Amino acid sequence: MDEKERESSGLAMGRRGFLRAGAAAGALVTGAGAARAEGPDPLITEVQPWATGFGDGVDATPYGLPIKYEADVVRRNVGWLTADVISSINFTPIHALEGTITPQGCAFERHHSGAIEMRKEDYRLMIHGLVDRPLVFTYEDLERFPRVNQTYFLECAANSGMEWAGAQLNGVQFTQGMIHNMEYTGVTLRTLLEEAGVQTAGKWVYVEGADASSNGRSIPIEKALDDCLIAFKANGEALRKEHGYPVRLCVPGWEGNMWVKWLRRIEVMEGPVESREETSKYTDTLEDGTSRKWTWVMDAKSVITSPSPQMPIKHGNGPLVITGLAWSGRGAITKVDVSLDGGKNWKEARLANPGQPMALTRFYLDINWQGEEMLLQARATDDTGYVQPTKDQLRAIRGENSVYHNNAIQTWWVKSNGEAENVEVS
Amino acid sequence: VPAFAEPFGLGRAALPEEIAAWNLDVSPDGTGLPPGSGSVADGEELFSDRCAVCHGEFAEGVDNWPKLAGGMDTLNRKDPLKTVGSYWPYLSTVWDYAHRSMPFGNAQTLSADETYAIVAYIIYSNDLVDDDFVLSNENFLEVEMPNADGFIVDDRETVEYPEFSKPACMENCKESVEITAHATVLDVTPNDPNDDAPAAEAPA
Repeated sequence: MDEKERESSGLAMGRRGFLRAGAAAGALVTGAGAARAEGPDPLITEVQPWATGFGDGVDATPYGLPIKYEADVVRRNVGWLTADVISSINFTPIHALEGTITPQGCAFERHHSGAIEMRKEDYRLMIHGLVDRPLVFTYEDLERFPRVNQTYFLECAANSGMEWAGAQLNGVQFTQGMIHNMEYTGVTLRTLLEEAGVQTAGKWVYVEGADASSNGRSIPIEKALDDCLIAFKANGEALRKEHGYPVRLCVPGWEGNMWVKWLRRIEVMEGPVESREETSKYTDTLEDGTSRKWTWVMDAKSVITSPSPQMPIKHGNGPLVITGLAWSGRGAITKVDVSLDGGKNWKEARLANPGQPMALTRFYLDINWQGEEMLLQARATDDTGYVQPTKDQLRAIRGENSVYHNNAIQTWWVKSNGEAENVEVS
Repeated sequence: VPAFAEPFGLGRAALPEEIAAWNLDVSPDGTGLPPGSGSVADGEELFSDRCAVCHGEFAEGVDNWPKLAGGMDTLNRKDPLKTVGSYWPYLSTVWDYAHRSMPFGNAQTLSADETYAIVAYIIYSNDLVDDDFVLSNENFLEVEMPNADGFIVDDRETVEYPEFSKPACMENCKESVEITAHATVLDVTPNDPNDDAPAAEAPA
């Protein structure tokens, strides 16, 4: 690989590149250890270019991207999953992220007819049906309603769906990465529905997007009046195009499909539409051939993000940070247990912050690893007392054809060389 | 929200023409269906022109594109084939979805009559009607969908929650642990082109 290729592949990284080469040669040594063994560290004893010359000026980057050395922290797609990239999915690099807020630029996408481009000036939102005042709003109108800020996870109903029949994809980005967690700013759906005046016969709202797929879904009026948001900002800035710019719906705790992007229409109705996205799709087939519909809530779930197949242990024995994410559509995470031995024994992990309702929660377990093989698992508990089940527990009830709502405990087999693999255990 | 019980007076009245332009959804009881009709024969021609490149001449699907016909009685088997005939509970959904979102890449180009005809051809391809059938808003609800009774409302609250809300075992929870499945056996994870490690492995 020449320098240009290294540059473009994000591997030209000086000290990091050296360490990568060291790891490739099988040397499980730390950078600090290597420096100790070889005498004074030239990174310290020799004046480095950044310590004598200039860095970039403040006019170099009006809106910045991550440094090139973080080129691995990107969305990835899996070609064989879908017929076409237009109606498809990609995956958040949760293996490499920390905390709970997902950077918008690498937060996963799921479109049914592509990520459309719409100007705020062209945006219209209609509320009609069983309301006293059918209304049309412009984007500017929406910004004049009282605002709220809430942080929620959005998990695709199909997250982990490829894993129902066994261990398939080797990386937490692929097995649990159809998720993101953002701080949304917007107007409550209740505010807009009250502006239109919901009639007593109105029991459901049908919501659809401005894109060709429309992604229409039916939502019971109780949820619509409870905590749904019409969001126009995420993580402080406008929604990204691919996340519904300029306006999307947030349906806290409920499957991502219902978070209609490019939201254009809210129809208050007597009954559900039973649209394509709640009949053909987002229905969960059980072993006997019947299927659940309206499986809206995303149950409590967690996963260890590191170590994981994309995050092998490269630092050798000693202190090891085990970390991951937990979440529940039923409420707040209250506890995460971690097992090092495939579920025989569990230790309570430390929550980085108290669990917030229907939002990602970061957990840690700090251990002293001595190179032993581990079967790592995490198990979330939420404030309703729901404990994340094993895949076998789920399959005993549902069979293997549910497609959606796989919130099973994930196992990583960490080998003595620090590599990790997606496995199932008895 | 008591503080805002009065309307803000934002937005403006939606005009009937505007509502009509966007309110295209069709409900299972037929609400929303416009007047019109289309025959299996007309549908066959339209389907061939507009749909078959992805969905096949007989709605059987090309490559990875959705199969719209077939798969009867496969829902309780491994890898069920879910199509309009074998799975979809309501014909309204077929009409609504085809009319609003198909053809893929050129949506909202089918007239009401064209949609009736294409839907007629799709249900003919599923052996649900004869080849001389004409579908219209009048007889729409007479078509029997085989899996109409195949759905139950989410029952996790009664079937799963009690089971999954028992106190969790913390110690000596099982006798032994064996690995029963490996993702690397399948080897279907996209790799970083530069090495053999899983995709986007963090640099050391």
